[in-house]
Amino acid sequence: MSTVTTGPATEDRRLPLHRRRKAVNAVALSLSLAAMAFGLFWLIWILFETIWLGVAGLSLQLFTESTPAPNVEGGGLANAIVGSLVMVLAATAVGTPIGIFAGIYLSEYGQRGWLGAVTRFINDILLSAPSIVIGLFIYAVVVARVRSFSGYAGILALALIVIPVVVRTTENMLQLIPTALREAAYALGAPKWIVIRSVTLKAAMAGVVTGVLLALARIAGETAPLLFTALSNQFFSWNLAEPMANLPVTIFKFALSPFANWQELAWAGVFLITIGVLVLNILARVVFRRRH
Amino acid sequence: MEVTLRAGTTAAGAAPAVPVPSKMSVRSLNFYYGRFHALKNVNLEIAEKRVTAFIGPSGCGKSTLLRVFNRMFELYPEQRAEGEVLMDGEDLIRSRQDVALIRAKIGMVFQKPTPFPMTIYENIAFGVRLFEKLPKAQMDERVEWALRKAALWNEVKDKLGQAGTSLSGGQQQRLCIARSIAVRPDVILFDEPCSALDPISTAKIEELIEELKQDYTVAIVTHNMQQAARVSDYTAYMYLGELMEFGETDQIFIKPRRKETEDYITGRFG
Repeated sequence: MSTVTTGPATEDRRLPLHRRRKAVNAVALSLSLAAMAFGLFWLIWILFETIWLGVAGLSLQLFTESTPAPNVEGGGLANAIVGSLVMVLAATAVGTPIGIFAGIYLSEYGQRGWLGAVTRFINDILLSAPSIVIGLFIYAVVVARVRSFSGYAGILALALIVIPVVVRTTENMLQLIPTALREAAYALGAPKWIVIRSVTLKAAMAGVVTGVLLALARIAGETAPLLFTALSNQFFSWNLAEPMANLPVTIFKFALSPFANWQELAWAGVFLITIGVLVLNILARVVFRRRH
Repeated sequence: MEVTLRAGTTAAGAAPAVPVPSKMSVRSLNFYYGRFHALKNVNLEIAEKRVTAFIGPSGCGKSTLLRVFNRMFELYPEQRAEGEVLMDGEDLIRSRQDVALIRAKIGMVFQKPTPFPMTIYENIAFGVRLFEKLPKAQMDERVEWALRKAALWNEVKDKLGQAGTSLSGGQQQRLCIARSIAVRPDVILFDEPCSALDPISTAKIEELIEELKQDYTVAIVTHNMQQAARVSDYTAYMYLGELMEFGETDQIFIKPRRKETEDYITGRFG
């Protein structure tokens, strides 16, 4: 087989390899299709189960009345819905600016220095830290000192989850902006902060907003950090200095209870969170696609 | 390859026997990317209100030289220049003046169009706002003026509020030229401005460069030798970081003094 051949190859020389490649392609394609089907199967089952059991508990009362006592007619999740909304939005409001500024530092200033490398490393650890660790941390640092569970503590714990997500997406999105665009702004005589604010960050905005929305979706369902910080509250309350009701902990409590009306409310809560997260994810995709 | 020169010796042939005033002088310039010696003792004059073209094979240092003129290299700590680049007698490299003020005097147009993520109007106004506080009416005038100068006004006057990125590649490049002009620089640097454009857009940009030299000093890096022959008054041939030959474009293309230059422009090398 070691003869030197020149000129155009004949078809039969190409066919064996070509057939083999086609066979490998077919196998790889079926494997990936099977993997996709496996993933989709569970996802669809979860969604179906959630909707099936959740819709049963849906009513207007769900949004107007607070959590009821066991085995009582009526009652809703108003206190938990409002508590969750308040804490999740406040945590995002606290975490987003810190995350964006840190992301800007990492991408635009800290590419070379040791401070950037250390910050990036610590951020990665924080990003993958189990949320229960963050909950316990805030418990030890805030709740144990103040001697009270509170909405503030819940916001802090959730913000600690938001920050690393936003830092990472902001840095990554800024890094995607071509150097030529930055240079073009510098070439006009723009100082660095204007280049970042008006050109780089603006060009990366869709990606950054997507990151914030995904962080929001992530904390919407977090239970562990709230269990140790905001705890829960049977009553409707706007007071952030007190324990605060929220959907995840209420679901946790109600789902484990033996009471039928609590279990039904737990499923309704699961339904609300799932739909919320779904909407946030779709929104994130729409925002990202509009710009790219 | 046959190099075509303009019929009738107008612009290029009219380059005066007495050298025109020099806008920029490069004196014993050396440049380093880390340890790599990218420009080796370069000396040349850039004539005022003329077009100077830089040609040479990839990696010869022509873009590097352009990036020294507006100190763009300073963005990267491992890059360093030694020597002098005088503009109107003042050394740009050691200047105490803020680099932003120097860059405002020396515009630059890049290889790929780089419209900012904002409207067409804001793309032009961005640079102007950095150094001038203009009332709305005057800003409108400036934007129109710059777009007219860049031969883009008629195509965009009804959609100034649209995104700069919505324009075609050629239009985007003219937008970038307008953006540079709007700041009213003395010098405009073009770094292969047509390499990403189709022939019709290229012809428009070349026409534009021809007109720009009435008011501005222009330096252009190009891989296209016909382009250098068409648009420039002076041509510098660079190779491996050295300035091999520099002179009037006609002379360089018709009777180059060095064998290497001739080999390059006739396509025997490069």
